[in-house]
This record gives sequence, C-alpha cells and structure tokens, in this order.
Amino acid sequence: MMATLESMHPVFSRNEVFEFLKPEVPPSLDLDRGVILYLEGISVSFDGFKAINDLNLYIDDGELRCIIGPNGAGKTTMMDIITGKTTPDTGSAWFGQNINLLKLDEPEIAAAGIGRKFQKPTVFENHTTYENLELAMAGNKGIMATLGAKLSSEQQDRIAEALMLIGLVEQAKIQAGALSHGQKQWLEIGMLLMQNPKLVLIDEPVAGMTHQEMDRTAELLHNLAGEHSVVVVEHDMDFIRSIAQKVTVLHQGSVLAEGNMDDIQNNQKVIEVYLGG
Amino acid sequence: MSIIKSLYRDKVGMVMLTLLTLMAVIIPACNQVFPEGHTFHISTFTMTLLGKYLCYALLALSVDLVWGYLGILSLGHGAFFGLGGYAMGMYLMRQIGDRGVYGNPLLPDFMVFLNWQELPWFWHGFNWFAFAMLMVMLAPAALAFIFGWFAFKSRVTGVYLSIITQAMTYALLLAFFRNEMGFGGNNGLTDFKDILGFSLQNDATKAGLFMASAIALILGYISCRYITQSKLGRVCTAIRDQESRVRFLGYRVEHAKLFIFTFSAVLAGIAGALYVPQVGIINPTEFSPLNSIEIVIWVAVGGRATLYGAVAGALVVNYAKSYLTAAFPDAWLFGLGALFILVTLFLPQGISGGITALFKKKEAR
Ligand SMILES: Nc1ncnc2c1ncn2[C@@H]1O[C@H](COP(=O)(O)OP(=O)(O)OP(=O)(O)O)[C@@H](O)[C@H]1O
Ligand SMILES: [Mg+2]
Repeated sequence: MMATLESMHPVFSRNEVFEFLKPEVPPSLDLDRGVILYLEGISVSFDGFKAINDLNLYIDDGELRCIIGPNGAGKTTMMDIITGKTTPDTGSAWFGQNINLLKLDEPEIAAAGIGRKFQKPTVFENHTTYENLELAMAGNKGIMATLGAKLSSEQQDRIAEALMLIGLVEQAKIQAGALSHGQKQWLEIGMLLMQNPKLVLIDEPVAGMTHQEMDRTAELLHNLAGEHSVVVVEHDMDFIRSIAQKVTVLHQGSVLAEGNMDDIQNNQKVIEVYLGG
Repeated sequence: MSIIKSLYRDKVGMVMLTLLTLMAVIIPACNQVFPEGHTFHISTFTMTLLGKYLCYALLALSVDLVWGYLGILSLGHGAFFGLGGYAMGMYLMRQIGDRGVYGNPLLPDFMVFLNWQELPWFWHGFNWFAFAMLMVMLAPAALAFIFGWFAFKSRVTGVYLSIITQAMTYALLLAFFRNEMGFGGNNGLTDFKDILGFSLQNDATKAGLFMASAIALILGYISCRYITQSKLGRVCTAIRDQESRVRFLGYRVEHAKLFIFTFSAVLAGIAGALYVPQVGIINPTEFSPLNSIEIVIWVAVGGRATLYGAVAGALVVNYAKSYLTAAFPDAWLFGLGALFILVTLFLPQGISGGITALFKKKEAR
C-alpha cells in the first residue's frame, strides 16, 4: 500500500509539471562554431516546379549578408522555409548548432529568435505606430500574460528608443495605415528591433523608396548588424553596394556565386544570368 | 483598476451602461410599485419583452467580440445560446417535480410519454441550481473549445469557417429534433413552474429575471470592454487584419482565437439561460441556421467592433421586428430586409458608426 502511494507521489506532487503541459520552449541558441544559420541540401517544389533546388547557405553570427537574384530565383521562398511558413521536401535547416527549424512552427521560430520583414510592408494598419511596436516587443506572448499585460517604464523606454531610431516619434499616435510607404518599411524594421531577434531576415527593404529614404534605410540596417545577424534580399544594386559585405547570388533555387561585391560583379556566370538571361 | 481605466475612455459605453443600470432599477420598480392603470405602471408583458431584448443584446455582444475584433464571422452562435438555454430548461424541468401532467416525481412529462423508465444519465445533477448554472457555461464552452480546437489548429478561416459554424448549429438542430436525444424532441422543454422556489407566473419573479438580464448584460459589456482594451484585444484586431504577420511576431494565433471564441460562447450561453425562463420555452428552433444569421444582422446594423453597437443593433432590430410583426403581419419580413439594406447602403459602419460620424462633424464645425 505504502509502496503504491510512494510510486504515485511524483504524479501528485504539487510541483510536478506533466510532460504535455510543458511549454515547448526551444533550447537556448548554441553558437559555438560562430555560424547562426545552416541550410543544407534544401529543395522545394510547387506542383512539380522546383522553386528551391539543393540550396546550401551558411550565415555567420553577426554577419550582414545580402542575397540577390533575378525574379523568381527563390529568395522569398527561402525565407518562408527559414521562418516555418513553407516546409521543404528535403534538406535540413538549423539555427545555431542545436535548433532544428524544420521541427518548429512560425511562433516557435519567432520565439527562438528569428525575425522577418516581408517583401510587402505588412504593418497593422488599424493600430497606431506605437501599438505596432508594442505588439512586436519581445516578452511573454501567452494568452493570459497578454490579457493582463501592462507596459513597464522600461518597456516604454524601449519603444521610445525604437521610435527615435526609425524616425517616427511624431507619428507615434498615428494609425500605421496613414504612414507613407517608406515610413511603413521603417516601422517594420522597428518592429524587428522590438522583437530583438538573433537573426533578422529582410525582404526588399528599399523597393519603391526615394534615394534619401534608401540612405536612411542603409543606416538603419548597419545599426542592426553586429548585435544581430542580418540577411537582406534586395534587387537594387546601388543599395547593395552601399551596405554589402558578403553577397550571395541565387539563381533557379540554388547558389550561383558568393563573395564580395567586386568578385560578384566580375563573375562570368552572374553576368550571364543578369544580362544574358 | 485597469477595468475602470478601460471604461473611462469609452464615453458612449458609459452612457449606455448608465442607461442600462437605470433600466435595471426603474422598469422592475414601475412594474412592482405602481398598480395597473397608473401612468407610471409598466406592464409585465412589456417588461418581459424588454428582458428578452436584453438577452439578445448579450448574444449580439458575444458575436461582436468574435466577429468585430477577431474577424471570425460566426454563423453558429445560436448553438451556444441554445445550449445555455437547454441547460437552464433542464433545471426548470426538474423543478416541476410531480406537478407534471403525469405526476411522475422524477421523470419530466415527455419522458413518461415516451415510456422511459429512468432518468438519462445526463439529466442527473440538474435538480441543483448551481450545477445547472455551471452547465449553462460549461456546455457552450466545451462545444466552442472542441470546435475551435479543430477549426483553428487546421487554420480554417474566412467563408469556410463561417460555413462550418453554420453546419455545427444545423447538426445540433437535427440532433435535438430527435426524441431519442432526451431533450424533448421538437416540443423542447416547457410548462416550467418555478425557479429557485419562486413561481414563474409571479410578476415579482419576472421583475427579478429582468433585473438579472440587465445585470448580465452590464457585466458582459464590461468584461468584453476589458478584453478588447487589453493588449490581447490589440493582438486580436491584429489577427483580424493580418493573421500570418501575428504568427511571425511569436503569438499563438490559434490560442488567442480559442480563448476569445470560448469566452464568447459562454456569454451566449448565459444569454440563452436568462432568455428561457422569460419566454417559458426552449425548443430546437433556437438552433436553426436562420437564427444565427439574424444575430449577425443585429451586429451589422448596430456597427461592428464597438460593442455598444451590437447592443444597440440587437435592441433596435428586435424592437422593429416586434413592431412590424404586429403592425404589418404580412410585410414585416420586407421591412426587416429594407432596414438591413438601408443600413448597409447609408451607414456602412452601422448605427454606431453613423453616430460617431455625426459627432465628428459637430466638432469640426
Ligand atoms: N506557394 C507557392 N505556390 C506555387 N509557386 C510558388 C509559391 N511560392 C513561390 N512560388 C514560385 O516559386 C518561384 C520562386 O518564388 P520566390 O517568391 O521565392 O521568388 P523571389 O526570388 O522572391 O522573386 P522576387 O524577386 O520576384 O521577389 C516563383 O516562380 C514563384 O512563382
Ligand atoms: Mg521575393
């Protein structure tokens, strides 16, 4: 009798947390080798069309990487895979040494520390600039925590800081839908800052921007790099030259060339794809 | 504290809550204190009719919470209302005791009629008021939770989601029509005698039920307002506008939907439970798809995503319906249709949107 009770003890113990109730917190990121993202042998096809074809890509911790490639090269699809929106047919995707991205869904990947800016600016148009930043802020995103959430003064400071950085202090109380195209792009970058991710994926940040706006964006991205690892997808060559360290060229779903900007511009294969194709 | 804060900025809501509080006191008082024939007397008929509207208003509130703030156009909220109503009806049936036509102390009349020998297992416990009230909330919550679990996990949205909510209430309609289900078949549950020992024929009991409905609506409004003004409320409207973006920010969208949908179902269940003793019957027609669509019309007429709009819409449409059915028994459906068309044409934001626009114009002048 006592023995049975004894064996039941762990079940009834007050601090027992059952396996199925444990939140699936991804293990903390292991960056021992200095590489934050590994994509190996990834392929995806949509109705038989290979959008990504045996893609291999490594991003170093703290790096600012530019990815270029003609329309339909698979750049956005690659980001979809990293962030859990699309599941690849084959291959592996690791965040640091220890987090298998293919096992996680979107919120889990976001919680693990990957933030994303979309090709089309997608801010919450019916929320103010301030509220957009508040929603993006890192922290407990559980339902009950969100229901009772109150902004601490520290959090308010963080939002104010982000507003300064993206230059939208005066627009704080304005609905995001009323912002200009460029301002929306910056707001999205600000939202990334609030999320405080380890790895930031940015899809075409300067499409449709004026030159002045572009310069401001380049500055912002430089601010992001170092503390965060940044992957930028862009078409605009001038812009890439203004920020690039290392450039990867994607073509028909796989890597065509990789190197610094000068190497890339003199690479015969790249010239063919861009000029001959 | 934050509850008070969430109300403080809501001027229209405050006016409405004040009116509701006054109604909760004055109408039962006028009915009870002043004798029939007195100028200030309010007839029991009018009071009960208004009480019914208040239940509808709470139901509309629950639909606005999921439709206006979360973007889920539920065409099946009548199911939750009905389940709450049935839970209350089962309690009222058990209260009849041996005063039924067949005088069976344990079995409700319809079971005796069907030659049943014992009470089905799911009728046990309903002789206790507290248990029945728990079921008023738990039954709709369980249905909403299970339904939502599958629908939201598999990311069904938009029209498809609306259609399956409609299918859900239709399935219940068919099920409750069957005598074997043990809920009185197409006659439903009726001939109630008393509630908590007070006779339902008594005007004072009816005044009490009216007051309870008003209080439920007030508390329902305050809790909805609290939720929508919280950060969770902002997450919900973000989900409504850009669902996938919210996921990439790290929020569990399906959990938020499940929470709000279930809470809304509980509100609808409470509305149903207060409705049943006032109308004296609950039958499967409450599950009919048309009923659920009507709720959506109330909210659309009142204006989405304001909460008070839903309350106003339910009151206005139902008053119009009562008036038109009496004045133009043949044409009332056309009148209701016309009201809906006029509102969508000239007040796309509903009545509440029209009023806000009017205020803005005045301020601008
Ligand atoms: N969900 C999908 N279903 C079918 N085809 C898709 C899907 N997503 C992407 N594709 C296809 O995969 C290819 C790669 O698309 P992707 O959006 O990744 O290109 P991209 O490099 O981002 O191009 P752009 O520079 O135009 O943004 C395209 O041919 C596209 O039509
Ligand atoms: Mg793209």
